[in-house]
Amino acid sequence: MNVALKMDQVYRGEYTFANSPAAIRRFPLPFPEDRYMYSVNIEPHVAGPKGSVIEFPIDCDEHYVEECRERAIVIQQDPLRIQALPHMMSAQWDTLELGMQSLSQSYPDQFTLTRAGRHWHWINRPLGLNQHFTFGDPASLPQPPLEYITRQLQGDWVIMDQRDNDLWVEGGMVTGPADWSMDFDMGMSFKEWHGPVPLGHEMGVFDRALKFLLNLRLNEPVRRYNWTMTVNPNLDSSPHNYPEWGPDRTSVTLENVARKLHLRTELQGLWRLPRSNGIVFMVRTYMLSVGDVASIPKWARRVHRVLRDLHPALVDYKGLTRHRPIAVAYLSQFDDGSPTTPGIAPE
Amino acid sequence: MSQSHADTIPVRVVAVEEVTPQIKHFTLQSLAGELPAFSGGSHIIVVMRGAQRVYRNPYSLMSSPNELENYQISVLRVDPSRGGSAFMHEQVRVGTELEIAHPVNLFGLAKLARKHLLLAGGIGITPFLAQLHDLRMSEVPYELHYATRSPQHGAYCQLISRLEPQRSRLYHDSNRHFIDIDGLLSQQPLGTHVYVCGPAGMITRVLDSARTLGWPDSHVHYERFAAPPTGAAFDVRLQKSGIDLHVLPDQSLLEAIEAAGVDAPYLCRGGVCGFCRAEVLSVDGELVHNDHFLSNDEKASGKSIMPCVSRARCSTLVLNL
Repeated sequence: MNVALKMDQVYRGEYTFANSPAAIRRFPLPFPEDRYMYSVNIEPHVAGPKGSVIEFPIDCDEHYVEECRERAIVIQQDPLRIQALPHMMSAQWDTLELGMQSLSQSYPDQFTLTRAGRHWHWINRPLGLNQHFTFGDPASLPQPPLEYITRQLQGDWVIMDQRDNDLWVEGGMVTGPADWSMDFDMGMSFKEWHGPVPLGHEMGVFDRALKFLLNLRLNEPVRRYNWTMTVNPNLDSSPHNYPEWGPDRTSVTLENVARKLHLRTELQGLWRLPRSNGIVFMVRTYMLSVGDVASIPKWARRVHRVLRDLHPALVDYKGLTRHRPIAVAYLSQFDDGSPTTPGIAPE
Repeated sequence: MSQSHADTIPVRVVAVEEVTPQIKHFTLQSLAGELPAFSGGSHIIVVMRGAQRVYRNPYSLMSSPNELENYQISVLRVDPSRGGSAFMHEQVRVGTELEIAHPVNLFGLAKLARKHLLLAGGIGITPFLAQLHDLRMSEVPYELHYATRSPQHGAYCQLISRLEPQRSRLYHDSNRHFIDIDGLLSQQPLGTHVYVCGPAGMITRVLDSARTLGWPDSHVHYERFAAPPTGAAFDVRLQKSGIDLHVLPDQSLLEAIEAAGVDAPYLCRGGVCGFCRAEVLSVDGELVHNDHFLSNDEKASGKSIMPCVSRARCSTLVLNL
């Protein structure tokens, strides 16, 4: 990483989380055009522009240390955020391999992986870890492999088994969800998991997405973007602690919307896993305050238009009912009606 | 969402062994570091660049998923060969360089099975050889039944007897000794998964028996690697690409499309996975469906075709490709 790692910001309490000017400009705006509707927006997860969040398969940004610390706090309070069924052990090791290979190849100054047969040596400099272990032997790691590696990765991670022409959610580390629960979804099929999503089922989106994913190939990962909005930079917007963040949803006003309300993009990556023939699903979350959105003229116009014209069912599903009018009112002052250029680049 | 298959792995053949007069065993080593990890039951596509044609044949990986220094495959010489197996038998020797696609598993072990019943016929033993490495490390019971034409044709009888003396049984047609499929399938404990890989007739018998006995489809797994059937030549127009091409009698429609420079999708090349499905715009004759993916209604509708194994009895077929 050629960025300075932030060390002290938090995703709770005082909510000191903030993005540097460079992080604002690399934010993955989830709207390539001025309107939004569901689609099977899956594309190959190939390397994107230098410095972008898709330059490498697994992005590591200025919030790396802070986000790993936030994860540790959440697990300590609620150990059920990390779970895996017994038959998912090979998928756990597959995920560990993916994480270590990707980080060490993308950021060699920060992470080093040395392999001699099954004897592996892992160094994580930002977190100060130095671990010798035997690949395939859970007793050689301080935690089970999925927990060990995902404590060192940003984003949530779900592992799925493939059988009966379906994908089954049977393991994962989920400490930063946009209002869903690993504990609740464990054991669900692909469509059960996506059951609460409106409109998509009728559109056939999940039929097509499932069919596509069942044929996902090794070495050909794919990605898509999803989005929602969160009041305060509250990474862990989970149903488990709704009493803590739910009331915040009534606190947004025209005066504080710029710093309180955050656009929340999920960069979702899917990899076929080699030994287990399962699939790992990454949900990497990026948050940007509405004020920071407004600092980029093109984004201010675009997000204003998307929110203004959003389908009512999506407004409700994404939990935007209360504060969308406030965000639209705030952003409208930056929208002079001039066109936006295609794509998400700031211009 | 189309997927390109340009991303192959260059390999070198480091050993060739004639296991029987019809079967050769090849050991492949990567020219670019370690080979990718895989799961038992996976196959690779071997790309063979012949003088006239490019062949892409699927072969099961039979080596241990834990040993990634090389991959091992076995090739049965099909007679008459469409070209691929003859190429492997005649042209490929130690030192030959080939390309392979990343492994794909369409025949994986069910992780929730309470017992695995493996039924192999002839060269169909190969995916099970890789799976046995995984099974030996698990605590789930399993048994293997391996049928060959004769002891001489049984490429891996000795290997199986040595590796699995307790949990395998060998059968030879020459001794009038056949797998009692109905008998086996009728006395399995609840939660058993059955897997069959072998000649088409054997697969059909197992599927029929399982259905008659009330096995759930989700517990019955099979893998066919039939070569694409041959037939009369015909012409094809690819509407979207604006390309006209000719399919030779011993060439598959998919191979002809690839030879014309179109990067068509595929996974199994055996008419099973449905990945290469193409939309038929018109045909001045009849489609010859050889796949196991489309339903009978879909086949009758004439709107889709699986180019990896199916062809047409016509002068011109127009596809939306």
